[in-house]
Amino acid sequence: MAAPPSAILERVPSEPQAAGKVIVFENVSIAFEDKPVLNGISFCLPKGESKAIFGVAGSGKSTILKLALGLLKPDSGHIYVLGEDVTQMSEDALFEIRRKVGIVFQESALFDSLTVRENVAFRLLEEGDISDDEIEKRVREALSFVELENTVDKFPAELSGGMRRRVAIARAIITQPEVLLYDSPTGGLDPVTSTTIVQLIVKQRDVYKTSSLLVTHRLQDAFIMATHYFDRKANEMRPLPPGTRSEVPMAFLILRDGKVIFDGDAHELAQSKDEYIREYIS
Amino acid sequence: MELISPTEFAKETVQTVEDYSLLAGQSIANLFRHPRYFADMLQQADLIGVGSLPIVVLTGFFTGAVLALNSSTTLQRFGSLSLLGQLVSVGMVRELGPVLTGLMVAGRNSSGMASELGSMVVTEQIDAMRALGTDPAKKLITPRVVSTVFMLFFLTIISDLLGLFGGGAVARALLGMDWHQYWSTAWQALTFQDVFMGLVKPLLFGFIISTVGCYYGISARGGTQGVGRATTQAVVASSVFILLVDFFATKFLMAIFGYH
Repeated sequence: MAAPPSAILERVPSEPQAAGKVIVFENVSIAFEDKPVLNGISFCLPKGESKAIFGVAGSGKSTILKLALGLLKPDSGHIYVLGEDVTQMSEDALFEIRRKVGIVFQESALFDSLTVRENVAFRLLEEGDISDDEIEKRVREALSFVELENTVDKFPAELSGGMRRRVAIARAIITQPEVLLYDSPTGGLDPVTSTTIVQLIVKQRDVYKTSSLLVTHRLQDAFIMATHYFDRKANEMRPLPPGTRSEVPMAFLILRDGKVIFDGDAHELAQSKDEYIREYIS
Repeated sequence: MELISPTEFAKETVQTVEDYSLLAGQSIANLFRHPRYFADMLQQADLIGVGSLPIVVLTGFFTGAVLALNSSTTLQRFGSLSLLGQLVSVGMVRELGPVLTGLMVAGRNSSGMASELGSMVVTEQIDAMRALGTDPAKKLITPRVVSTVFMLFFLTIISDLLGLFGGGAVARALLGMDWHQYWSTAWQALTFQDVFMGLVKPLLFGFIISTVGCYYGISARGGTQGVGRATTQAVVASSVFILLVDFFATKFLMAIFGYH
């Protein structure tokens, strides 16, 4: 059997701290206009792990990300992000937590009146105590990560959908957050562009060891993440050698009728006997 | 059209008043909190103030002109045409200058703020801003409020002055009045109370225009249609609000200054 690549061996938790949880949902419920969307869900995201969230449209997937960032408040339950209960925090206190969490919105949500440079640098410019040279360097680094260095002076409207998502990823990672939240990052994109985006997510997971929650409709994206690793030397995503899959920090979570009906890895998902889940993954 | 129960309507109205009051209060409180966005204030002052200058100049000049024209027939009937400058200056400075400038700026900028912020809401840019650790109230609302209040004050002064010029042009060109006589009566008629009343109002109107525009923008829902609705509501609400506040502010200031 081929030895696991070094990038994967590095991810195996070896310290007590690595076993920590960056996001914890405890019995969280939320309803919109008296219609329950999440009904007492509980799950956690361990440090260094990526978790893909599935569910039919309107099942509350994006709501989970907004709750984790404190953009929405749950009707009941507790949400801990990096050890802090975001359900009990004021908006001002939440801004501190949000600086450690990056998010890529469904439609990118780039500021349309700002250039790519200003969008990517937004967080650094807001912090105010970073020199222009340092900002420029970090913007170039972030854009180089998503391979869009030549777009710095363009406006979002001049970019394709895939490029906008990549700029959104650059904006989310520029401060090297501890957690990344991706809201349908490949939604509405062609297969080639989707694979490029997935490769960037895998790169972020394997190179920077960033924990992430990924909302997606595309099961194949999550399976690619579960079966591939990022080869730093070749600078590309590669399939895992046989026998190493269980060591990839990748989990799946499926929602149905406001409840979590599955929370486990790819192997457990494939072995599930639940009729709904089998139909979902078929 | 969907019918709504009176209870539901009352609840929604109270909620709207509460949300608007919170936004308005927060926009002032943010002046005393860090960070303060001076660059954004300057940018908004340019957009709101300099951008509104052409319509304010035209409105002021022609309002003064038509006021002089309309008043001249009545004044001539009583042989008091020499009082034309006094009538135009008091009318423009106390009432027409502030109100018409407010309404013009409301039509141009309240709608602009509602559509800009509304578009940002429906495209998740406001959520993105919050997610990136920036308070949209500090970054977007307070600079607009400060700039509108500040710029409307000066726009009103310009409008008043242009109104006096408009009245003077009519007095000289159409009524054959002496230019010097017109200006001296216009100038002498103005008291501190008149000027004070005329300059307090734009501060109130600027606050109304910006907070109403921002409120409707930030609470826009339902895609592009929702943004369109927010824009219309912002103009209607701010215009009506300006006229209402104008009445009560005039009454209040007249009571303070002992006008009868």
